[in-house]
Amino acid sequence: MATQHSRSAARFMMAPAVFLLLVWMLVPLSMTLWFSFRRFLPLRGGDQGFVWFENYSRFISSSAFWPSVQTTLIIVGGILLISVVFGILLALLLDQPMWGQGVVRILVIAPFFVMPTVSALVWKNMFMDPTNGLFAHLWRAFGADPVVWLSDAPLFSIILIVSWQWLPFATLILLTAIQSLDSEQLEAAEMDGAGHLSRFGYIILPHMSRAITIVILIQTIFLLSIFAEIFVTTGGAFGSRTLTYLIYQRVLESQNVGLGSAGGVYAIILANIVALFLMRIVGKNLDA
Amino acid sequence: MARAVSNPRKALNTAIAWGIGLLIFFPILWTILTSFKTEAEAIANPPVFLAFDWTLENYSVVQERSNYMRFLWNSVFIAGGSTLLGVIIAVPAAWSMAFVPSKRTKDILLWMLSTKMLPAVGVLYPIYLLCIQLGVLDNRYALVVILMLINLPIIVWMLYTYFKEIPGEILEAARMDGAGLKEEILYVLTPMAVPGIASTLLLNFILAWNEAFWTLNLTAVDAAPLTAFIASYSSPEGLFFAKLSAASTMAIAPILILGWFSQKQLVRGLTFGAVK
Repeated sequence: MATQHSRSAARFMMAPAVFLLLVWMLVPLSMTLWFSFRRFLPLRGGDQGFVWFENYSRFISSSAFWPSVQTTLIIVGGILLISVVFGILLALLLDQPMWGQGVVRILVIAPFFVMPTVSALVWKNMFMDPTNGLFAHLWRAFGADPVVWLSDAPLFSIILIVSWQWLPFATLILLTAIQSLDSEQLEAAEMDGAGHLSRFGYIILPHMSRAITIVILIQTIFLLSIFAEIFVTTGGAFGSRTLTYLIYQRVLESQNVGLGSAGGVYAIILANIVALFLMRIVGKNLDA
Repeated sequence: MARAVSNPRKALNTAIAWGIGLLIFFPILWTILTSFKTEAEAIANPPVFLAFDWTLENYSVVQERSNYMRFLWNSVFIAGGSTLLGVIIAVPAAWSMAFVPSKRTKDILLWMLSTKMLPAVGVLYPIYLLCIQLGVLDNRYALVVILMLINLPIIVWMLYTYFKEIPGEILEAARMDGAGLKEEILYVLTPMAVPGIASTLLLNFILAWNEAFWTLNLTAVDAAPLTAFIASYSSPEGLFFAKLSAASTMAIAPILILGWFSQKQLVRGLTFGAVK
């Protein structure tokens, strides 16, 4: 039904979205690239010309770089591990017959809709505050000294807060995947004498593998750029500075735009590596 | 997968699932409860659960001190404006990709997706600088445009997957019955597309409402939405748990309710149609 006429109309209808996204991608990206090659300190001398790759090597050789990479890996890895493992368990549980399934689903999914600044502040104050937080009360009730969560265990605290937000997302997607499983397959396996574990290992898990991959990829992309949770809890202190936060500090706090932009280019490359895998899966799905 | 199971087994499932569900929900519940306490009760040890003097005082204090309504309006304006604008731009695009696909449709869709993967911090300074140069730092309209651009790929994708499900045969049948392009769009396609568009609006409103990178970095006073308002509580003075809770409850309540309606769309929207 695609005539020449409708094809040109289609191109015309697509044009605004394509054009806007093209501008949105190219303009800031080329500016970041441009700045990354220059010595640019807006508050201390302004733009002082090309230094080419000096920013790139300085960003990597600065003492803050490798710790921030390590922090990023721990935070992203920790959250992924928690949300995928518990997400699978929760999805299996929620798939079981029970009373009030709809309500439980609502309870479990709720944290995903809480805005990041709210969840970070609620956890920081009402749970993790060393004098008045609920955890402190709980610790004292058992005669233990309250933990100063955000300075003594900053990474664990941030992982806990962000996992609380993302576990619902993983659960929901994995539950959707489980529910699309053909129950006859399971029944057949059951009749052939397959136990719970082998049914899980040989039927359910392989069926979920694509959903798990997608959860990991999408979460990685979002988690690589978590910002608000660090901004309002530790402000990057106590070794909780991720790559994203380091770049933010270079650009806006210490106003070293050249250096920060070089960091930004690294972040873009890193995100694109992950994105490539995700796009391959999504692209395959488009053909089907 | 509704399987017949014995009642004791079902009761056990129910107990475990409710226990875990309530545990996960507890921080939200606790925030809502605390918002009705006095500041002294909010930090009481042992904590009081329900047996306290319920008060609405915190809500009025928050409103008086900080002009909460302005932040709320900014959130509504920015989230609503960016979503509406995005859908208006995305509907024709998704429409043509779904109904008049060409060889390049897939590439365009994937490329759009790739723009969503661009880490915000990588382009923080350029956007910041452009906002200053254009005089739109701390401006609601600028945030409407920026959040629209951020969510545009998701909007196009969601609409595309919905439109794709409208069977093309229906169009041909309508044409055989003598429907022109106008009738086709008005009476055949629109009614079938409305649910998909509504879901897209809903999910993207939620995403824009909770967006907390650009809203924190590009606003100060005038355009600050609720995300920035709540962040201002990160350097508190004195007792403030109850007030923080009241402010938080007001910021998340509308979205929690909308969110519960959008569970299904969430999966489709955030996995780009790869999990349905």
